[in-house]
Amino acid sequence: MLAYLIRRILYALPILLGVNLLTFALFFVVNTPDDMARMQLGIKRVTPEAIAKWKQQHGYDKPLLYNDVAAGAGKLTDTIFVQKSASMFVGEFGFSDDGRSIGREIQTRMMPSLAIALPTFVIGLLLYITFALVLTLFRATALDTAGVALCVLLMSVSSLFYIIGGQFLVSKLWHWAPISGYAPGMDGLRFLVLPVLIGVVGGIGSSGRWYRTIFLEEIGKDYVRTARAKGLSELRVLFRHVLKNAMIPILTGVVVVIPLLFMGSLLTESFFGIPGLGSYTIEAIQAQDFSVVRAMVFLGSVMYIVGLILTDLSYTLVDPRVRLQ
Amino acid sequence: MMPVMLWTDALVFLLLACGAAGAWYVRRQPHLLLPWQRVAQSRIGMVSLLVLSLFLLVGLLDSLHYRVALPERNAGQTVYSPEVLSAFDALAGNLRTHTEKTYSSPLATQLYARETVELPDGATQRAYPRLKFGGAHLANPDTEWMGDVASRAALGGLEGALAGGLLIAFLGWAKRDVSTRESRRALFWSTLLLAALIGATASLASGYHVLGTDKVGQDVLYLSLKSIRTGLVIGTVTTLVMLPFALFLGVAAGYFRGWVDDAIQYLYTVLSSIPSVLLIAAAVLMMQVVIEQHADWFATAAERADVRLLCLCLILGVTSWTGLCRLLRGETLKLRELEYIQAAQAFGVSSLRILTRHIVPNVMHIVLISVVMDFSALVLAEAVLSYVGVGVDPSTISFGTMINAARLELGREPVVWWMLAAAFGFMLVLVLAANLFADAVRDAFDPRLNRMA
Repeated sequence: MLAYLIRRILYALPILLGVNLLTFALFFVVNTPDDMARMQLGIKRVTPEAIAKWKQQHGYDKPLLYNDVAAGAGKLTDTIFVQKSASMFVGEFGFSDDGRSIGREIQTRMMPSLAIALPTFVIGLLLYITFALVLTLFRATALDTAGVALCVLLMSVSSLFYIIGGQFLVSKLWHWAPISGYAPGMDGLRFLVLPVLIGVVGGIGSSGRWYRTIFLEEIGKDYVRTARAKGLSELRVLFRHVLKNAMIPILTGVVVVIPLLFMGSLLTESFFGIPGLGSYTIEAIQAQDFSVVRAMVFLGSVMYIVGLILTDLSYTLVDPRVRLQ
Repeated sequence: MMPVMLWTDALVFLLLACGAAGAWYVRRQPHLLLPWQRVAQSRIGMVSLLVLSLFLLVGLLDSLHYRVALPERNAGQTVYSPEVLSAFDALAGNLRTHTEKTYSSPLATQLYARETVELPDGATQRAYPRLKFGGAHLANPDTEWMGDVASRAALGGLEGALAGGLLIAFLGWAKRDVSTRESRRALFWSTLLLAALIGATASLASGYHVLGTDKVGQDVLYLSLKSIRTGLVIGTVTTLVMLPFALFLGVAAGYFRGWVDDAIQYLYTVLSSIPSVLLIAAAVLMMQVVIEQHADWFATAAERADVRLLCLCLILGVTSWTGLCRLLRGETLKLRELEYIQAAQAFGVSSLRILTRHIVPNVMHIVLISVVMDFSALVLAEAVLSYVGVGVDPSTISFGTMINAARLELGREPVVWWMLAAAFGFMLVLVLAANLFADAVRDAFDPRLNRMA
């Protein structure tokens, strides 16, 4: 198990290196630091001195890959690639354009993101699976058809509509919850109601249908017929046999997103004014703060790879046949 | 008049030609025609296809661009207006040119906000001013409005239904084919209904702003119809970009295995490990810098917006091929072990020929299903990306830019709801039709659901 884990982590390194090289190419080769400086200072009438000063302030006044001037190992390390890009491997995210430490921002903004994303995830998962189980129980009846039709309809609605419509109905017309804002601790619970509700409702369509497909696939198998032949009730068959056997495809889709919950949701957080990582990212995109976007891209892929490893580990929990070696 | 061929226009028509060629080829191959006949038997599939083709028609008309010659000549040379119009603009006519001062609600005869107006006797009064075009033909809107709207809608609906009926008669719908009788009946009624709806809207639009006007007085119906092209371009051109990557790399990885497989797997793991919105955002930010630094590349604002739209499609395509590629690799791994492939190998058929003749045709159903399913996701993604600020050019009319403009006005009292409603409504119809059609296609092509034919 431990050996497997270590090997997986070692496998992850070349992938992260690839991500790092890709973002490096995108942010420094397609656009040189000079372009960035011009962008930040305003395109027109920028003096070369102003560009040089901006680059020096933000640490971009170095060669990209190989430094002739430096001595010894500095030839390779005193470059933009090592200082700005590769340093993310050891958790050095550097500073945003307004001079704040990105690493510190990530730490403080993680909690608000989790406060929204975790309840949405847990409530959503339980609700979707229950919904799909009910549809499976009543398969090939009018209820099932209506449920699937509802799913397709809900799937076709833009996620922006859920947020805008939800804010309008729940907060503006009915005054059930504050329209946006955030406060830490129990005090902030009332702020969480609306975003979590909208997040859960927004996912019913696609997730409900997806789980239904998984359950329907299981229910046609031989062991289900055996269970029925033993005289088990349909509910018992569903919960004790079908649900357990459907765990592998469910976990495949679900576990991988758990680490990504830290990153928050771009749309929800920006609409509800939640100071999480999602709104941090969106603000950085809108302010064209490349160092923050770069850091978030790297963090996101680390989280995704952690999710893949967790998925493999979770298989051993639900299926005794799976052995990791 | 000078025809203008924008990049995306060219690609849209290229796609259309590919589609037509594909349809012509499939018609002559009975085994390929079979699943499509199953689609033709599906009522929901055919009705959604009808709706989709209406959207497609609007989008295609909106892709025929031209620039009008200005009346004044410059040293014998014809001068063209910098504004790029399309065949759709010419057809829409008044919809585009009849702009009011600011917001007005659907079918209104007055502006949405009170203004100080001067009365004939010189005094001033705070009142709702009449619109310049909406309901301008009414002498006394308070009493005549209801009757006029009702009669226009009824007459227009009737005319539309008649035209629809004639069209059906002309196309000879009553073909005697038992298997598609149900779907033809559904198609018949939905054509009549849609024709009546279009007729009523057109007749109302000649005197009113059917869906109201926006902040600068543009007709919202016109904006919504123009948005369709942007959605269609993103949904289709992205596919065109994505397919070569997914098909070529996926099939190659599955067939050759070994280091080719390792390399391709590494490539798509790297790409798919970056959260897609972030990767798209990063790429679009970079593209913005390039475009802004080279403003001299583009003759008109429309061309710049068009290149941006094309780049967005490229970026979406390059970042979204990984899912399909993985599917195709898995399917090819399965296919290459089958007897007919091994027989081909034993006969000494070259790898290239095995791939093109034996593997690719047998994974095409996966490609087709995933392309149709991706379409709706891409239309929805456009709105989100435009909201985030990494979508289309702000001057391009799209569902995303419409929603963005309207979102800020929800705080007003009374609420300006019609822009949001129009954008979301049109998007819902387009995406729902695409989803339903995708389901019909999947049911018809999925070999696991294969029934005896």
